[in-house]
This record gives sequence, C-alpha cells and structure tokens, in this order.
Amino acid sequence: MDMESAISKKEVIQCVAQLVEKAAKVLPDDVLNALIEAYKRERNYGAKKILEILIENARIAKEKNLPICQDTGIDCIFATVGQGLLLDFDLKEAICQGVRQGTREGYLRVSVADPLTRINTGDNTPPIVHFELIPERCLEITVLPKGCGSENMSALYMLPPSSGREGIVSRVIERVVEAGANPCPPGVIGIGIGGTMEKAALLAKKALLRPIGTHHEREDVRKMEEELLERINGLGLGPLGLGGDTTSIWVAMEVYPCHIASLPVAINYQCHAARRARAVLHNGQMEIVE
Amino acid sequence: MIRLHTPLEREALRGLKAGDWVSITGTLFTARDQTHRRMVELLEEGRQLPVDLKGAIIYYVGPTPAPPGLPCGAAGPTTSYRMDAYTPKILELGVLALMGKGRRSNEVRDSLKKFGAIYLATLGGAGAYLAQRVKKCELIAFKDLGPEALYRFEVVDFPAVVINDLNGNDYYEQILSGLNKGIVE
Repeated sequence: MDMESAISKKEVIQCVAQLVEKAAKVLPDDVLNALIEAYKRERNYGAKKILEILIENARIAKEKNLPICQDTGIDCIFATVGQGLLLDFDLKEAICQGVRQGTREGYLRVSVADPLTRINTGDNTPPIVHFELIPERCLEITVLPKGCGSENMSALYMLPPSSGREGIVSRVIERVVEAGANPCPPGVIGIGIGGTMEKAALLAKKALLRPIGTHHEREDVRKMEEELLERINGLGLGPLGLGGDTTSIWVAMEVYPCHIASLPVAINYQCHAARRARAVLHNGQMEIVE
Repeated sequence: MIRLHTPLEREALRGLKAGDWVSITGTLFTARDQTHRRMVELLEEGRQLPVDLKGAIIYYVGPTPAPPGLPCGAAGPTTSYRMDAYTPKILELGVLALMGKGRRSNEVRDSLKKFGAIYLATLGGAGAYLAQRVKKCELIAFKDLGPEALYRFEVVDFPAVVINDLNGNDYYEQILSGLNKGIVE
C-alpha cells in the first residue's frame, strides 16, 4: 500500500479557500441560466425588471470581484472521502482553515456567532461539515454558502404517514406562502422526505446541491418535483415576493426509507443566489470543477 | 420612480402609496440585529444614541468588508422581521423610513401609522448591484459588532419599493390577496 498522503494539508486549505471565495462571487451557470430562462418567460413587467437586475447583479459580482450577496453565509461543506484514501492530517481542521483563509482573502462577511452570547467568531468558522465515506479512493469537497434569510424559512414536519403525497405537497406550498419575500425568491426548494428528523433535514440540504434541471431518477419523485414547481410558480408571489410568475427556479427532492410510524418532511429554502462550488481530487491535486 | 432625498420630510411621504418604486439620494444609517439591541439598551438606560435619527432612513444591512479602492462591499437588505421587536422604540426617535425585505408584524405596522413613517423593501440578494449606488461608507458606532456596526452610507439613486405607506396599506398583502398581480401580456 502506498503510505504517502494522497494530498497535502496545505493543498486542501488552499482548495477550500478558493471554493469559498468562488462560491460567494460566481453564480453557477445552471443557476444563472435558470434566471435568464425565467426572465424570458416572465409576463409581469415589474417581475421581469427584477429578474433583469438579478442577472445584472451576477454579472457585476463576477466582473468586479464582489460577493453576489452581502450575506456570504455560513459555509456548509460536504466532503466525500474514499475509504481507500490516506490522509496524514486532520481533514476537518484543514477545511476550517480554508474557510478562514477564503473569507479573509475574498473580503467576505464574517457571519458566524455564538448562539447565546451572539458574539461573532470573527472569521466565519466553524463551518458546518458533513463527511460521507464511499468505497472508492477519492476526495470531493463541495462548498454551499448558506445565507440565512432563506435558511430561516426552512421547516421540519413530522407528519403522520396518512398525510401521504398530498399532505407533503400542501405543506411545501403553505411554507412557500408563509415565507413570502423573506427568503429572496425565486430560489431552489430542497425537500427531504423520510429517514429520521436529522436525516430528512440533511436530505433537504443535499437536494440543494443538485444542478438545476436535474430531476430525481425515480418517476414518482420526479412527478412531485414537477407538480410542486408548477404550483409554486402559479402562486403569483413572484421574484422577491413582489408579484409575478417566477417564485421558484427549481424544486429538488431526496427520499429515504423511514419508520412505519413516521413521515419526516424537511424543507430547506435556498435563495435566488443559489451558490455552490466543488472540487475533486485528480492526479494528486484538487481540481475545481464548478 | 419617485425621487426621495434625505433627511426625509413627512410631506414628501404623503403622496407615496404601497407598490410605488422610489429612488433615494442622500444618507442611510445601517443597523441590523445587534445594533438594534444596543440602541434600544442605550435608550432604556436613558442614554443618548451616537446619531440623530430625526427624518432618517434606517437600512437593515450588514455589508461585506470593503475591498481595496471601494467604499463598501456587497450591500443588499437583510430580512426585516428580526428587527420587529425593537422597531416601535426606534420609531419614537423620529425615523421616517425603514428599509429591508419581507413582511413586518402588526405591531410594527401600527407603529408606522402612529409615527407617520413608511417601510420600504429593496432588492434582496442584489448586493453587488446595490453596492454600485453606495458612494461613501463611514463607521459611526459599535465597531466591535463587525458587520453589524452602525454605518452611514451616502447613496445615489438607491432603488426601493414602498411596502407600508402612510395610509396603512401593505404591498405584500396586496400581492397575496391577488389585488396586485399586475399580469401584463
């Protein structure tokens, strides 16, 4: 067995720093395209104007090296680690250092505080890190900076199984109406169905990582995603809750088996600045792929 | 677009109705969660605030740090309801407009009516776009709060929409009740 670390700590820190900064400043292509498509379809004059400004905002951010939104978020980080990978350092610590460095170098906002004293930690750490082990020999790191205007509009429901499909759909729609302008629509609605309380919440967050335009592979789940997107956009809430046809640019669902007595449903709201950046280990180096 | 200049005068607000877009030139005072808490604590202790807020516009924002050569970083609005608990107290100071995003509580709406002030929403998530309209940014107080400190922004043509006007109308409510979907083919 090769006993040399698959990658150095320094490289992981550097990679995470770059991902954190890129995510804050460059809107992913699929999100930008979804906003452009929404602009083309939108029939409400005011809503069209707002979508035009949001597209312009993404252009200014990229060109002037500015964050898309002042809420550069709390960093949610998904690290997929191959079981066959040898690392001679503390990966979580390296990720944390990368967040600190990227926040400082990118002139991002420090938005993380103690929950009780409300004293700012001063460097946007600690991030929220989720590790997943897979059998291959790989390393993939995704940064999802989460603004809390949208995060605060998230919800978890422990429904009785009798609620069924209709119960889930109506809870999501109710939530979108209740949230109104707060989460900066038109964003992505991530939904986690099944598992347990924490599993449903994690599934909802992971659903936000799916590129816009990619449905769930299960036919019945795909149909729910389609129905929800259509119904949400029929509400008339519109961009920034100021009226119009575009209230959401995508609905993504993840499902997992649950207890016979249970139907957990988590909704994780993501704003129109649906930011994310990802890197994978390739030939001994971290390569930024989106 | 209706032009507004600061300090505001109540007369200028009378003609505004929910749903009107305005363009602000002048001064905005920034304040969000912890700044509000500090200000209300000072008032409760009978102490003076570091700024005179008569006729002022308070903007709920925590900008990103200014990169070299720019007055400030991204500067879009934060969600307003978190300031609801402090707002009636702040309106007593003669503030005439609040700006953020999202619905306010009934208590805030009553206070707006009582004190003759309006509530505006600006473009959530358009932080880079709005930063282009901030020409100057000066730290006034509460430096230790970092992004939550109180800043004075000098802005030119800063866009916003009237949500709560002086007559008690609420634009978000009008949209929800379908009164103002404004579909034009």
